[in-house]
Amino acid sequence: MIRRDLVDAMVAHARRDHPDEACGIIAGPEGSDRPERFVAMDNAERSPTFYRFDSMEQLRVHREMSANDEETIVVYHSHTATEAYPSRTDISYASEPQAHYVLISTRDPEQHELRSYRIVDGVVTEEPVEVVESYMFAHTGADDTPDCP
Amino acid sequence: MAVTVSIPTILRTHTGGQKSVEAAGATLAEVIDDLETNHGGLKQRLVKEGALHRFVNVYVNDEDVRFAGGLEAAVKDGDTVTILPAVAGG
Repeated sequence: MIRRDLVDAMVAHARRDHPDEACGIIAGPEGSDRPERFVAMDNAERSPTFYRFDSMEQLRVHREMSANDEETIVVYHSHTATEAYPSRTDISYASEPQAHYVLISTRDPEQHELRSYRIVDGVVTEEPVEVVESYMFAHTGADDTPDCP
Repeated sequence: MAVTVSIPTILRTHTGGQKSVEAAGATLAEVIDDLETNHGGLKQRLVKEGALHRFVNVYVNDEDVRFAGGLEAAVKDGDTVTILPAVAGG
């Protein structure tokens, strides 16, 4: 589940950097699995086929997150000529088992494609993306659990 | 020469879940060898064929060691070594 404004921010970043790949993270409270703080990162490779977080920027963001008790909830990047599916390189580098890996394809100038995956020990599992306006009113519990017992 | 080494989530299986551990050494290579004696298996996650693995970033204080001598980077008492997985792909 992810807020619409965060999805819009990822897509806007991917469009802005096209034809190079764009990348970044969305941080959230540790253990919450709730993406909240959008952080666009520099692609140190500035390449249409590869991305790598700038190492100094990554250290700075890592320290901010530690100080705020946040962790990486989403790692996103774009594919500018292929579909929104993790490449072999994406899988070999994936090292955040708790993160959602979001891929955005900008190969079609009109219609983007956005999909999300878990990548754990080299195994890719696609997961549905539910876009909500706000987490406050979003449905999170089981249907048979009353809000006010 | 004691330094604090910050361990990323993905490597904490080697440190019994600890986020940071102490190690000793005058260079990064020595620190990694010392880590290996107490936390077996870490070295092969960090070093490949005598150089730092491309899948990790290692910093001494605020410096990325790739630009500061790699494994030969000098480390002194009280320094912080931070290990982060490189975030990259195609």
